[in-house]
Amino acid sequence: MEITSTLFTAKAIYVGVIFAITLGVAAYSTYFERIIAAFMQDRVGPDRAGPFGILQPLADAVKMFMKEDFIPAQSDKWLFIAGPCLSMLTALLTSAVVPFGDTLDLGNGVMLDLQGIDVNIGILWVFGIVSLGVYGVLIGGWASNNKFALIGAIRAASQNISYELAMGLSIIAILMLSGSLSTKTIVETQQNGHWNILYQPLGFVIFIVCAFAECNRTPFDLPECETELIGGYHTEYSSMKLGFYLFSEYINMFISGAVMATLYFGGYDYPGHDFILNKFGMNIAALLGVGALIGKALFFVFVFMWVRWTLPRFRYDQLMGLGWTGLIPLSMFNVVLTGAAMLFTVNDGGSNWITVAVSWVGVILMLVVTAFYSQTQYNKKKKLVTA
Amino acid sequence: MKLSNKTKVLEQGDMTFAERIYLPAIIGGMGTTLKHFFAKKVTIRYPEQKRYLGPVFRGHHILKRDEDGAERCTACGLCAVACPAEAISMVADERKKGEEKLYREEKYASVYEINMLRCIFCGLCEEACPKQAIYLQHDKMVPVFEDRSQVIFGKDKLVEKMDNRYLREGWK
Repeated sequence: MEITSTLFTAKAIYVGVIFAITLGVAAYSTYFERIIAAFMQDRVGPDRAGPFGILQPLADAVKMFMKEDFIPAQSDKWLFIAGPCLSMLTALLTSAVVPFGDTLDLGNGVMLDLQGIDVNIGILWVFGIVSLGVYGVLIGGWASNNKFALIGAIRAASQNISYELAMGLSIIAILMLSGSLSTKTIVETQQNGHWNILYQPLGFVIFIVCAFAECNRTPFDLPECETELIGGYHTEYSSMKLGFYLFSEYINMFISGAVMATLYFGGYDYPGHDFILNKFGMNIAALLGVGALIGKALFFVFVFMWVRWTLPRFRYDQLMGLGWTGLIPLSMFNVVLTGAAMLFTVNDGGSNWITVAVSWVGVILMLVVTAFYSQTQYNKKKKLVTA
Repeated sequence: MKLSNKTKVLEQGDMTFAERIYLPAIIGGMGTTLKHFFAKKVTIRYPEQKRYLGPVFRGHHILKRDEDGAERCTACGLCAVACPAEAISMVADERKKGEEKLYREEKYASVYEINMLRCIFCGLCEEACPKQAIYLQHDKMVPVFEDRSQVIFGKDKLVEKMDNRYLREGWK
């Protein structure tokens, strides 16, 4: 009885902390987005509110709340309100299955898993919630009763559906390697530096491209493409409802960074884990692991912003072409390649280095063959033109 | 006919394989932005940092004194005539005995006012002045005013202070 109640309290505190971290990271992402954008354009960015402008998110929040909360007369009022709420809800739900750390020993035999809940379908949960996330955008765009908002919403829906396929297929290779859907197990198979990025270089590239598309980030931010659609699905939104949409985008970025770290970069694993474990004990090692995971996630947030301020936006047919004719065949090839790599090593008890070598050589071979093929096609075409 | 050899003929054929898989170009572009990320910023944080505007900038007016501290202005009114915005007005007065230290000539301006809302900082007053009495300082801007009652600058704000004399480049 005693143990159960301690565990319950500890879990509640953990969930609260993760909630606070997620919201805090999202709030400061807005600030760092502006700072990073400014730095990449040789400017200094917001530096007026507080030292180095670190109070800027506060000022932005006050501004958002003070603005008129406008609901268009012809809109569907309840759906209009439900849209941003749904976006926010789904953005926050995903972090439940991300293992933020190993186990904490709280004394008296109470062991706290630093994970919201370890369900055996963990990665499917992430996918389910992420797919639900598009409903927020779709409902918001539909309820606005505005053609630009509707086009933006439709774009978001078709884009998310298209890229979910390639994303799911790239995950399958991971599942083949770890043999489990549970995020905890996936991380545990990657401990001591056996990070999946070594085994899945192609899978990671596919996954990160799809993550960009799922988060509606540049170069795939067509749902809110200003040059064509004014503001896209949030054209009619103002005040904190708009704030919720923008906020949920940043939360999604952080969570997808955490998911990428979990799937490909060893989750809470970090170099020197065993040394810390022996020297300082289990709790310190686990807490450092939390730091490692959040650090990796934040690095991916930086990559998201880095790409945003580097690349221009795709055209819509290019986006669809990349998704359907580029990434989906590639991810299928990746599944086959992973299967081959596992087959090669099945006899000598799964030697890691052979798996690594086969996956990298396979990718390089694929690139060479495709390059050669496209060159011959090109030459053939040229011959036709000159003849 | 070619005027220079700088012309580049652009051939837009089919994209090569490296171009079609985007990734090399993307990584190259990200390298460029990362280089700028660590580059020196060009921003000047204005109210705290000010940039030198050059020796020909026309800023806050000043009524010069000579080496002994006597006002150079003789209230001839040429600046007021030259002023296209009609911003300058003055009242002339005769120098009394014992005021030789204060005013260089026998006639002086007892009132000299510039309406800073009218002034267009063209510098024609400076050019018109035969006594080198009025200058537009190159290193000082007119302070911000918040009320219409503050826009007319009298002699208290215009006459040069002896402990903070105005010097332009090339003067001794």
